[in-house]
Amino acid sequence: MKAGSNLEKVLAAGHFAVTAECGPPRGADAEIVRKKAAFVKGNVDACNVTDNQTSVVRMSSLAGCLLVKECGTEPLIQMVVRDRNRIALQSDLLGASAMGVKNLLCLSGDHQKFGEDPQAKNVFDIDSIQLIHMVKTMRDEGIFPSGKKLEGEPKFYIGCAVNPFADPYEIRVPRFKLKVDAGADFVQTQCIYNMAKFKQYMEDAKKMGLHDRVKILAGVTPLKSAGMAKFMKKFVAGMDIPDDVIKRIADEPKEKQAAKGIEMCVEQIQELKEIEGVAGVHVMAIEWEEKLGKIVGDAGLLPRPHVD
Amino acid sequence: MITGTPKPIDEILAMLEPYKRIVVAGCFGCVTVCRVGGEKEVQVLSSSLRLAREAKDNKLEIKEVCLERQCDPEYLEALRPYAEDYDAVLSIACGAGIQFVAEKFQKTPVLPGINTGFLGVTERQGEWAERCQGCGDCVLHLTGGICPVSRCAKSLFHGPCGGSAKGICEVSPDVACGWQLIIDRLKALNQLENYGKLIPYKGWSTSRDGGPRRIIREDMTL
Amino acid sequence: MLPCTGRIEEAIILQAFEGGADGVMVVGCLEGDCHYLSGNIRARARVQRVSDILESIGIGGDRVRMYNLSAGEGAKFAAYANEFSEHIDQLGPSIINQVRNTKAEQVTA
Repeated sequence: MKAGSNLEKVLAAGHFAVTAECGPPRGADAEIVRKKAAFVKGNVDACNVTDNQTSVVRMSSLAGCLLVKECGTEPLIQMVVRDRNRIALQSDLLGASAMGVKNLLCLSGDHQKFGEDPQAKNVFDIDSIQLIHMVKTMRDEGIFPSGKKLEGEPKFYIGCAVNPFADPYEIRVPRFKLKVDAGADFVQTQCIYNMAKFKQYMEDAKKMGLHDRVKILAGVTPLKSAGMAKFMKKFVAGMDIPDDVIKRIADEPKEKQAAKGIEMCVEQIQELKEIEGVAGVHVMAIEWEEKLGKIVGDAGLLPRPHVD
Repeated sequence: MITGTPKPIDEILAMLEPYKRIVVAGCFGCVTVCRVGGEKEVQVLSSSLRLAREAKDNKLEIKEVCLERQCDPEYLEALRPYAEDYDAVLSIACGAGIQFVAEKFQKTPVLPGINTGFLGVTERQGEWAERCQGCGDCVLHLTGGICPVSRCAKSLFHGPCGGSAKGICEVSPDVACGWQLIIDRLKALNQLENYGKLIPYKGWSTSRDGGPRRIIREDMTL
Repeated sequence: MLPCTGRIEEAIILQAFEGGADGVMVVGCLEGDCHYLSGNIRARARVQRVSDILESIGIGGDRVRMYNLSAGEGAKFAAYANEFSEHIDQLGPSIINQVRNTKAEQVTA
């Protein structure tokens, strides 16, 4: 065991893992996190807590993780390199580990341009792949990047994200491999809608043996409506939603689109389960956490296993 | 070259409020090439300022000069007869030139007439684009001659990020994805094997982060 | 000496206003007919830039205009000249000349 987190144990035992995410609130109200955490509890093996996603200021990921943990779910801290230099990153890693956070997702972070503070200075001192390498060095060698010895290594199960749908495609699997080489233990993918393309990506990843080296959790996001699908297709960079997926939900009357979205998501999870090398799903029910139990349940993934 | 854009005339007029006699100083270097601070721009700006001030019945006397360069001490001497005689110098050279004028003529206020931009190239007439951030540790031989520090909005060393779509950066439809350019060029050069290696954390101490920089070439000093 | 509009500079037009002009009319060859290919196209861009400057400093962008005609169009030239001069008459003296006239009156009084 590298970190001994529940997620790591579930995956190591060969179970099909489930993670979800909680976006912390735009304020200091802890109750909002607790409410979201209640929807997640019992339905996942670990829950991501996002780090100022889309560059919009929110309660810190670390604070969110502690609240989620308090509510009985294992947290997974997301950490972007946009806002912190290597000094702050190392410090927060140590702090998170000290507070019992055992799963980590290393990300670049959306450019600050997308948030409400586009005038902010960005950092990008190291990139997400270098962050993976930094954490691995700290965890496995017990030293800082400077070479100085740590007083207690941060024990993280190290994750990274991949987007099989961004361009150029030819570099997507090699870049995934770079993340694995840097020290990633697991990966969560961008939301998948184009299953054909994802299957191709998995084939290419398998050719490089990546599925044997890391646990791959496929990302899904239930569509709430045809409008949401069209919006994401148009405005979210690196999002690939095929027209037939949009058509399927758009063909439903408005009041039935949400239910259809959930049904499609469940079907998709079942399809993903059958793909060799896919070790779990990451269900991003964006601002729709209350549906998580239904989705995971309908997909036949409840109850979640207990592994000692 | 070092690029720049003219400051809005109202901003310049507000700076010049206290003064009656000024020097407008251009530079025949980079700012001439990017059409923001050369001899022609000195003339146009001076005329505009004179007209604007006279319209307010508050005449402004201007000495128009254009120096070979404002970033070399020898050429600054050409400014001496005026700098010390006039109320202020409005420089339309880059930020380096403006500061060098200020350093040289301690008692004369020196004001910026342009906003200095970046180290860039002329892509077509009237359009300039950034190419270099002067980070002090060039890796262009590894990246197909395209700089990840200046051309990627996140300065990633292992790009492109998930926001790269059809060659366009997530930041703006007008910005090319620097990493797409790198990959394309590496492919064209048959050097795609350069991609896929872990690159150590960049040392930023040679960049601005290390504090104001200085180059001392012992072989060149006298 | 300005042999053709291709040689015109923003500064020259602005100097005319400093010299007391209430308006400046720039007359060039028909677009597409420039002996130097793009001289009159460049002139148009320069006139536009001067117009923007005049607008930004309160003199008024409409006090400079560009016209195009061929060398054989004498009558058209006269019509354009009349049109522009009427237009400037309507606008009246520029703010620069207003200030200068007031000062001159003060001196004589």
